[in-house]
Amino acid sequence: MANFDQELDASGLNCPLPILRAKKALNGMGAGEVLHIIATDPGAVKDFEAFAKQTGNTLTDSREDGGKFYFLMKKN
Amino acid sequence: MADKKLAIIATKGSFDWAYPPFILASTAAALGYEVQIFCTFYGLQLLRKKMDMKVTSIGNPGMPMPMPMPVMMQALPGMQSMMTMMMKQKMKSKGVASLEELRELCIEAEVKLIACQMTVDLFEFSTSDFLDDIEYGGAATFFEFAGESDICLFI
Repeated sequence: MANFDQELDASGLNCPLPILRAKKALNGMGAGEVLHIIATDPGAVKDFEAFAKQTGNTLTDSREDGGKFYFLMKKN
Repeated sequence: MADKKLAIIATKGSFDWAYPPFILASTAAALGYEVQIFCTFYGLQLLRKKMDMKVTSIGNPGMPMPMPMPVMMQALPGMQSMMTMMMKQKMKSKGVASLEELRELCIEAEVKLIACQMTVDLFEFSTSDFLDDIEYGGAATFFEFAGESDICLFI
């Protein structure tokens, strides 16, 4: 498990809430810090890729384990 | 580089059709877009202090029903409220945000909400029915922003 500075559990939330909550969390973080996101919405996989591409943040990890999705988003 | 811009015209006043403008506006704002929603005709319902929109299956054969039901039955008094209640329950169980929550997120993200003055007058709405922080304008107001937008949607 890679290191992270803050964690967001978006389990049970559906589109677009995981993205909106992540954006809110990132707003309160400093450049270079990493947000760990947990989600259950399968749509979040593509959405977090698209979010990173459009906001300039870096998605350093995206994986699935037991029906849950885990992401590491590094703030630029 | 200047922020991208999204201009939305919201024209529908049913519970289900209120979702797309708020979902797209809040998400675009999270992606860094500057967003305006111009609400006209039945879309003015999106701006009411207390939103009370209903979903209906009438004229909407694509709406999945929990059980098959003749259209005549669907038109009976109270059916619309029941369908709306069932839809809200289903959404809650699937983790879909409420309209109130999405609208609040839009406002927090500085999405600009504009009420069409002509339709406010037409339906004799009072500005006190609407949120305090909205603007009122006409077609020219819409084009001022829409003309510079990267994406423009009519919903």
